[in-house]
Amino acid sequence: MGFSSFWRCWLVVAAVSALLSGCEPDPPSPTPFSATPYDLQIPGGLPARPAIPADNLLTVEGVALGRMLFYEPRLSRNNTLSCGSCHQQSKAFTDGRARALGVDGQQHQRSTMSLANVLWEFSLNWDGAARSLEDQARLPLENPVEMHQTLGEGVRKLQQTDLYPPLFEKAFGSRLITEANLLKALAQFERTLLSANSRYDRYLRREADLTRDEQMGALLFRSHPGEVGGIFVRGAACHHCHLETTGLFSSPEFFNNGLDAAFADTGRGGITGQVADQGKFRAPSLRNIALTAPYMHDGRFQTLEDVVDHYNEHVERASPFLDPNLLLSNTPNGTKLDLTAKEKQQLIAFLRTLTDSAFIKDPRFSNPFQL
Amino acid sequence: MFLRSFPLLCLLAFASFFTACTDDTDTNLNPAPSQPGTLDVEIDHVAGTEPLAFNTTYTTAAGDKFTVSRFKYYLSNFTLGKTDGSSYLVPESYFLVDEADPESKFFTLADIPSGDYTSLSFTIGVDSTRNVSGAQTGALDPINNMFWTWDSGYIFTKLEGTSPQAPNQALVFHIGGFKKPNNTIRSVSPTLRGVTIPIRKDRNPAVHLKADVLRLFTGPNTIRFATTPNVMGGADAVKIADNQRAGFFTVDHVHTN
Repeated sequence: MGFSSFWRCWLVVAAVSALLSGCEPDPPSPTPFSATPYDLQIPGGLPARPAIPADNLLTVEGVALGRMLFYEPRLSRNNTLSCGSCHQQSKAFTDGRARALGVDGQQHQRSTMSLANVLWEFSLNWDGAARSLEDQARLPLENPVEMHQTLGEGVRKLQQTDLYPPLFEKAFGSRLITEANLLKALAQFERTLLSANSRYDRYLRREADLTRDEQMGALLFRSHPGEVGGIFVRGAACHHCHLETTGLFSSPEFFNNGLDAAFADTGRGGITGQVADQGKFRAPSLRNIALTAPYMHDGRFQTLEDVVDHYNEHVERASPFLDPNLLLSNTPNGTKLDLTAKEKQQLIAFLRTLTDSAFIKDPRFSNPFQL
Repeated sequence: MFLRSFPLLCLLAFASFFTACTDDTDTNLNPAPSQPGTLDVEIDHVAGTEPLAFNTTYTTAAGDKFTVSRFKYYLSNFTLGKTDGSSYLVPESYFLVDEADPESKFFTLADIPSGDYTSLSFTIGVDSTRNVSGAQTGALDPINNMFWTWDSGYIFTKLEGTSPQAPNQALVFHIGGFKKPNNTIRSVSPTLRGVTIPIRKDRNPAVHLKADVLRLFTGPNTIRFATTPNVMGGADAVKIADNQRAGFFTVDHVHTN
């Protein structure tokens, strides 16, 4: 039934086109371009509606091309680094370094960010310098302390290969490689990097158990310390910046989390020019956080223990425009968060349940040149 | 055969029902059906007599000093009323207003039936239905960091900042909760100062609202930061919600253009 109506429809279209072409002088007939829609399956536990731009819908060909470009070292000045050099799948697309190392051996000011579930992020990079993955990709490609090559030069290199022009034709309908299409393909691949199969996700789906300590850690994570209805609730209030209700464990906002009294890196303030934004950074997703050490925008903390110690004991309370949630305490009128040693362990035990071991081994995300 | 004509019958039945309704009521009020219009809403944030700015020190009526670093809230269920007692609820009118996002302080209510309206009311917060069910899109998307859980619902008003009077300097007010006894949904109807809002297809009226953060802490309940610096729903949230109902919003002026 569906099939026959499809053919009926096709016949009508064909007849109309035949009529139309009959009325006009012979136009040049370009090969009709169409790529195959990519069926992005959004796992439960992540927001249902990803923000995918209408002018760059995912296609099978576009994603496959983007994956190759992601692992393509010719996009760096001396053909040695690809996006995948710093965004390594085994480390949830980070590099294990405190601060990224560029093609010329120069150290970046900031740490490599994970790419898990990046398609939902409103703003990208630690300071929100880019608002879309298409815009973002140009920044590391061209930055002198990263891949240090103009996008135009990268396009020129790829155009000379036998490999890429046919792939761009399949994905975008033209063998002529453009900067825009290169960025679109990279963004398409990045939008497929979904991570929602951690032990915590399976626990929410009632497919796995968490230990008592892990459950207590989850409770601390999402509890706001203070008196509620006459009862003093203990908590770490992590959820204000790492939203667990969205399933993303990140936030669209920027925060000063009390690292310093004076800022070596102005962060968000460098983008907005606002004094009140100085020292503010994104609260990155905590998914796979056990795999993405070292931590913070400058990688200053080696371990999750160091991170929790910071929030518990070492918040720089005099930091300008510190987020007020960092001033909360589990002691009435206290000046530190004051979790117990046991509670800190529980919190870290919970954070370790956010590791998605299927994500870091998913063959769809691996380097296609190393099969 | 029956199945084939059933939808048509439904449509006819519905249409005649609709016509009947129109005959009974609307025709008398609006003899000539006319096209709907819009109403612009513009909101200024103030602290008493001063415009609100982040990280600027203000003083509450009770004398506590404080700064604001985050201020956002939901408005919903905008309703326009006429002198005859009839009213129009703008469907799906949910807005998240954020001091950090100037564009959020200006929005347009569309497709309002043409007429002269003498009252405007709206909800500070999100109605209880939407706290427990329904599409979480646009303003209501949990990604906006204003949602607790289906059980606890939305944060209706979020104000964060600092105060030297607060025991650990932090001010964290997350006003929300839709269940008794700690329901913080409040509807307000600030006076239009006797101005009639003319909704017409070819006109562009606007209401300028003023939201005063000082009024969160004064009114029926005085909030002192030494004792109440940290509110996550609960009984203290109800006190602040009652203050919001009493005088948080005023209509500064109405443009009838």
